[in-house]
Order: sequence, then structure tokens, then C-alpha cells
Amino acid sequence: MSRSDWEVVIGLEIHAQLNTASKIFSGASTAFGAPPNEQACAIDIALPGTLPVLNRGAVERAIRFGLALGARVAPKSVFARKNYFYPDLPGGYQISQFELPVVQGGAITIWVGEGENAYEKSVRLTRAHLEEDAGKSLHEDFHGMSGIDLNRAGMPLLEIVSEPDMRSSAEAVAYARALHALVRWINICDGNMQEGSFRCDANVSVRKKGTQPLGTRREIKNLNSFRFLQQAIDYETGWQIETLEDGGRFEQSTVLFDPATGQTRMMRSKEDAHDYRYFPNPDLLPLVIEPEWIEQVRATMPELPAAMKSRFERELGLSAQDASALTSAKEVADYFQAALAATGDVHAKLCANWVMGELAARLNRASLEIASAPVSPPQLAGLLLRIADGSISNAIARKVFEALWNNEGKDADDIIERQGLKQVTDNSAIEAMVDEAIAANPKSVEEFRAGKEKALNALVGQVMKVSRGKANPAQVNELMRRRLGI
Amino acid sequence: MTSAPFFDAPVSALRRALDEKDISSVELASLFLDRIEAFDSGLNAFITVDRERALADARAADERIARKGTGALTGIPLAYKDVFCTEGMLTTCASKMLSNFVSPYDAHAVTLLKQAGTVNLGKTNMDECAMGSSSETSYYGPVKNPWNPAHVSGGSSGGSAAAVAARLAPIAAGSDTGGSVRQPAAFCGITGIKATYGLISRFGMIAYASSLDQAGVFGASASDCALLLSAMTGFDPRDSTSLDRPTENYAAAIEAPSPNPARPLDGLTIGVPDEFFSEGLGDETRAAIEQALAQYRALGASTRKIALPNARLAIPVCYVIAMAEASSNLSRFDGVRYGHRAAEYADLVDMYCKSRSEGFGAEVQRRILAGTFVLSHGYYDAYYLQAQKLRRLITEDFKRAFAECDLIAAPTAPVTAWPLGAMSDDPVQMYLADIYTTPVNLAGLPGLSHPCGFDTAGLPIGLQLIGDYFSESRLLAATHRFQQATDWHLRRPAIARTSA
Repeated sequence: MSRSDWEVVIGLEIHAQLNTASKIFSGASTAFGAPPNEQACAIDIALPGTLPVLNRGAVERAIRFGLALGARVAPKSVFARKNYFYPDLPGGYQISQFELPVVQGGAITIWVGEGENAYEKSVRLTRAHLEEDAGKSLHEDFHGMSGIDLNRAGMPLLEIVSEPDMRSSAEAVAYARALHALVRWINICDGNMQEGSFRCDANVSVRKKGTQPLGTRREIKNLNSFRFLQQAIDYETGWQIETLEDGGRFEQSTVLFDPATGQTRMMRSKEDAHDYRYFPNPDLLPLVIEPEWIEQVRATMPELPAAMKSRFERELGLSAQDASALTSAKEVADYFQAALAATGDVHAKLCANWVMGELAARLNRASLEIASAPVSPPQLAGLLLRIADGSISNAIARKVFEALWNNEGKDADDIIERQGLKQVTDNSAIEAMVDEAIAANPKSVEEFRAGKEKALNALVGQVMKVSRGKANPAQVNELMRRRLGI
Repeated sequence: MTSAPFFDAPVSALRRALDEKDISSVELASLFLDRIEAFDSGLNAFITVDRERALADARAADERIARKGTGALTGIPLAYKDVFCTEGMLTTCASKMLSNFVSPYDAHAVTLLKQAGTVNLGKTNMDECAMGSSSETSYYGPVKNPWNPAHVSGGSSGGSAAAVAARLAPIAAGSDTGGSVRQPAAFCGITGIKATYGLISRFGMIAYASSLDQAGVFGASASDCALLLSAMTGFDPRDSTSLDRPTENYAAAIEAPSPNPARPLDGLTIGVPDEFFSEGLGDETRAAIEQALAQYRALGASTRKIALPNARLAIPVCYVIAMAEASSNLSRFDGVRYGHRAAEYADLVDMYCKSRSEGFGAEVQRRILAGTFVLSHGYYDAYYLQAQKLRRLITEDFKRAFAECDLIAAPTAPVTAWPLGAMSDDPVQMYLADIYTTPVNLAGLPGLSHPCGFDTAGLPIGLQLIGDYFSESRLLAATHRFQQATDWHLRRPAIARTSA
């Protein structure tokens, strides 16, 4: 039996930190990076007698999420207490939602893989609920002691739980990326993974292909990058298959991923699992969301990626894959739409190619986000218009793009003008260069006449070289063939 | 007619005396501080008395009085049960766990009373973490009954009740989770009222059982209680269970003139639940209650039998819910950020175990364990969930009852104050003493206890009046009429008749 006889089943729990100004149950600031315990008020440190008050902004963000996923926004949900002792959990319980979460159901369409093998898939959500974060324990900085930083205690989180719908680490990563893009798209979470604003837990099990019952699952905790998510799932999948193939067994448990070794290791087994003694928090009334509130929130929702994607396909004639890529992040979509608008809403395909091609590659090389691209959407649009009207070739366009990137001119026309890059379309000028090339390369001419089609490319290339790329390639090709008597 | 000494004067008389400069707030505060110093060693009603702070409050009040910027309570001394957080002052909840806790903030009720210009005499003794019915479980030792120091004061707000009964404070604030204001009021022969759940903010009151806890007040009369209660109520956005409704002036409400002064309670229907007069009720208490009901009828009220069939379940229901909530509420006392931490420990778990075992007394530990049990996986449905279902039934009983009557009358407790230590070995027996008070907390209703007689041992007996939601005015007004016609509320233990 081999690895290909097995199927992996993955469900994700994602904690998205909501971008409210204050915490979910107190007025303390949520700004990142303050010195330890400077953003922990009496409620956050659970002084005797303090009480939580729900931040409506956190609820509004949960509603936005529910609407974006086509989920049910529960008219009534309940905050519960999850009881356990740990020094960074000041109250001895975490306020979370248990039996009645605020968001129920929903689904998201993901695009998995690239190129020919890429495919679409829908992943269902079980639920999303509001809860507070715990503080941080710092075990390294104090000799023989642990430090406790409660700045994070009470940070608003939306825990998003998927159904076990994913069948590979690639699907899991695609799902996590899609959610990551979505929460930023609808502006409920900054998505900063380094700062822990978006963290994933992965529930992984394996089963023989074609079998129904789920295998024993292990939960990998706290994966804070897509790369770690992929590595951890791949390692865990391999480990589970190997263990089972060797006739071994394992228990339902929680494991940690060590990025240094690329391995997962046991944190606690099911037997060690806490009995959290959930019960409704008597300090908070049930959360009631009236239909009017949902409608108010709906009115502020931006066009969602799925709707925008189909619009791009329908109205701009883009392929599903292009439309999907352009709506993979709000900033990309914003850039694309701004550039397209600046071309006068024509040249959608050209614009899409440039945004996903040259621009994406250049940003990648420079490790920049699209929002901070040195070439603005109107600048790109100016460039695209010159390509479209035949003023410059694609090769020249790349030069102009690079010049724009390096701020060598205010727009494409300026650079073309200043650097004399305008395409040569004058037939007589091109004819002269064609004749020159034929005269200088008798060998190529001979080969071509002998039937070697490729030799023509060498001759055309010669003309392009002489014209420093400015000659219109189509014209060169046509004149070359005519001169060679075809 | 000789007027009462200042330490035994009604709050309204103190108001006049202060405004007319017959006495200053500083003098009044000193009078009570001296009484505390002279008599409290025999009662143990106070945990913390801060003379300097009290006198500073009084000086500020005197300045306000001089500027004529007074309210009803400006310059009036009072005491707080030690569940109320008071800024810069020890706030212990009568527990070793918090024996070193100086609160950095004021409870909402304390803020309101500070703004009213009251003088904080000190923090009163109580059952540890408000868990008890006798004020014997305090880390600071038991509170003694001013009528007989060999007997308990009742609890858990026993210190506040004893202080008012002994005239160590004119009025005091307490809290009531299952009877903790009404029962010690009855045991100490004074008037005590617990408000409708949500009327007084719980912010800054150290929680015992969040869905049952509600503040209350003690005074020698309904009139004194009305003044204090009016100043403590009001919406607080920091308590999600606080009710956003206009505040009422209860003192003004109870003074409203009656169209029929001979029968001022004409038209008032008092329901008398059979279930509260059954087995277990002491004969002397029963007789005193029946006599009080006759008095109410003489004042024009009519009485009728009503049924509260599920009330008999209140003790187990209330205790299951209270202990469950308490097991979670008290988790914050872990020795990590404040409070008691064991001197030595091997590791984190050991630190928790030792700190909490040392910091909490037996009764608190018992309730944490029982509460943890009823919330545990596999037991939750049978205990906690079942208790919540029964709680609804009990609440519905009251709803039906109030369709037939305006107020409900019942004994406050089945017995009078028992001798110190008499029930300490039998916690369940002690829980059962809350039989008549716990249903009120489960329904979130307001309840009042006023004195209505004495047993042959000379210990006070209390009558409980229960009202519909927000009927504090009606409860206080009925009691006020009763007290205008009777003198039970004027009886004083010897200690309260003695000058310091």
C-alpha cells in the first residue's frame, strides 16, 4: 500500500483578530506594540468586581463576515464562559460563544493550484463566533520566572470554523488565503500574520480512499503563516499515514508545529483535554441582532470578490482564472479597476495581463505590496494606451514600465518622448532597415530560401536590434517576407 | 417629647440637623466612629474603619452644606459591606484571599454615594465571599448579633445589619444573592431591602453569583432605606445587566399623602403563599407574621391566599446556580495578579492549589467544588440546565401570583438568629434557612424585610414583603405605613441605647 491509497481530510479553525479600536469587552486600546501591560485595564486584568460590556463594533464585523459568506447571522447568540486556569487568562475563563454562535453556515469558493491543473472548489463553513483573546506568557525573558503581558487579553477575535472539506494541504492553504483576502476585503481584520492577527489551527485526519468514516484527527495549533500551514499539514499527513501503515495507532490529540524541524509534536492527548465547563456568561445578555441592524450593515458592504469575479468574466470577458486572480485581494482588484478606468474602460484583457504579469513580477522582485507600487494605476493605463494604439511594442513597453518604476518620467508619454522610444511605423524607414539586414546576412537569407522558416526570425530580430526595438514587428515581418519574394 | 440622640435619629432628622447646623458632618461622623471604637469589639461588624478618610469625607460634606449644595444624604455617614470596591481602601470580601487587596477603583454604587456627599465610615464584615447565612465564615471572625452576642447576626451581610441595629452606622449597603440583606435585617431587627435585579449596578461589587447578586440597603426604617436606595440606583453602562430606566425618588414616593389616612393601605392586596407557612416554620415566627398580617388588614389592605407551587424547589435550584457561577467567578482569585499567593510552591499548579487552599475558607472551597461539579461534562444537563429550567418555573409562579395581588407577604426566615456555631457542622441545614428568600433572587424580584416581633428569647422576627419588578416604592410605602402604626422598628438592643 502506498501514500496514494490514502486521502487526507482537513478542517481549519482560523482566528481573525477584528480591527476594532477598543477591546471586545473593555475600553482598552487594541493598538499593537505597546509596552507590556500598558493596554490592560481593570476589566482586562480581571480585577474583582469588574464586568464585561460587549463592543458593538466587533458584532458589526461578525455581521459583515456572515453577509460576505452567505451565512446565517443568528438573531440570538449567547456568550459562554470557557473555564480553565492559566496565568495569561486573567478571569480564569475565556468569554466565547459555544452553543449559539453569531454566524452559522456559509461557504466560500476557492481556486486551487495554477495553470492547467487549477480548479475551483467550494468549502463550507460550520460557524464563526466572537470571543476574547488571552494574554501572552513570556517564558524566556525572566530567569526562573514567567512574565505575563495582558495587552492581548480581551482582543476581539472571530473564530472561523470550516467543515472538514479540504483534501490536500494546497486546498487548505487556498482556503486560508481566500479567507485572509476576504476579511481584509470587507475590512474586519488587518490580516497581519506576523502580529498574530490571523492564525490557523488545522484538524488533520487520513482515511483510505473510498471509505466514508473519518479517521482519528490531530489538531495542529497556532500556524501563523501559509507556508507553515502547508508544511505542517504535509508533515502531519505523512506521519499519520506512516504510523497507520506500520500498523500503529494514535489518539485524538493536539500537536504543535516546530518550524525549525518542520515536524509536529504532541502537546496533549484527549485524556489530558480540559473539561472547560462551558456555561452561559451571566454577566452578558444574549446577543440579539435585529434584522434592521443586518440591513444597515449590508448597506455598507463593498462588492464582494465572488460578485466582482463574475462581473469581470461577464462584462470584461476575462477568463475565470484571470478574474479569480484579480479578485484574490482587495488591493489587486482596486488597482486593476483604477487602471482599467484610466484607460477609459477598454483594454481589459491587456490591463489584466499587465497587472498579473509584469506588475506582479516586479512587485515580487522588490518585495512590495501592490498598494505601494511605484507605478500608479493611471501611469500603467497611460502605458497600456500606447501599446494598444501601436505606438510601442511589448518589448519597448517593458522598458517604459521599468522607467516609470524608477521614476524617470511623469508618465509613459513623457518617457517615450524623452527616450525616443516611439515605434517606427514609417514603411520606407523600415524597408531601408530590412534591405540592410538582407544584405548583411546572406547566410540567413539562403537558409530561409532553402525552407528554414526559423531563419526569418533571425532576420527580423536583426531589424529589431538595429531599430533598438522601435520598429513595428508586424510591419517588419511583412516587409521582410515581401522583400524575400514570398 | 425628647428627641432621639443623633446616633439613633432617622436620616431625615439628621438631614435637618446638618442643614440647620445643629451638628456638623464631622461631629456626626466622629460620633459614629467613636461608637464603632467603643462597641465593635463586641460585635465584629467592621473589617476596616478609616477614621481619617471618614473625617475627610465629612469635612468635604460640611463645605457643601455651607454652600447649601446639599442632597438628601450629604454629610450622612454610612457603611459598606466589604463586597463593594472602594478606591484606595482595603476591599477583602472577608476572605484571606483578598486580605491584601486595595481596590484601585470605586464600585458604581460607591461612586453615586460619594457624589451624594455621604461619609464612608468603613467596610463591614460578612460571610467570606458572601457565602453563608450567618456571617460566621469570615476570615475576620464571626459577626455577633447586637440583640444577643452569643447569636449570629444572619448573613451574608451580617456586619452591615449589625452595625445599623447597634447604631454604629445610621444606614448601610449590602448585597443579596439568596437572602443576604433580608435575612440579617430580620435577625438584627431592622429594615432591609434588596432591589430588582438590574436596578443597582453590579460594577465594582465582588461577584458571588452574577445572575442572582443584587445590592440592597439597611436602615432602621423604610424611610431611611428609601433615602439610601434612591441614591444608589441608576443605569450604569458598565454593567450589561443594568436596566436603563428613569431613577425614582423612593423617599418622596412613600411620603405621598393617603386619601384615607385611617386606612392608608386601602385597595392593596397582599398575597399569602401557603407554601411559605408549611412545615419548618417556627411557631413564634408564624404567630408574629400572622399578627403583622392582621395589622396590614387593619391598615386597609386585604390578604388572600396565593400559590407558589414551585417555590419549594428554590433552595436546590438557587444553590446549584449560585455555586456554578461562583466556581467560575472565583477563578480570578489565583494569586497571579493580586490577592493571596502561597509563600512557596513547586510549580504553577502547585501555586494555584496552595494559594487557593490557603486563601479560601472551607465553605468557599465547598461551594467552588460543588459548582465545578455541576458544570462538569456529563453532569451539566442534570444539574445546571435542570436548575435553569426550574428557575423559569419559579419565576412564572410569581408572574401568576402578581396577577392576583400587589405584594406577597411571608416570613423572612423560618427561625430567629441561632446561637453562634449551631449550624456550622451542617451546611445543608444552614442552606435550608434561606427557603423563603431564595425564590425572590431566582425571579430577580425586589424583596424587603421589616421587623414585626420578637421570640421569647428576645430575638427579632422579620416579615418579608415581595413585590413585582420595580415595585420598590410600593414595598417601602407599605412598610412605611406599617411602621407609622407600629413600633417594632423602634425597638433597640441595649447596645444601641448606650452612648459611647
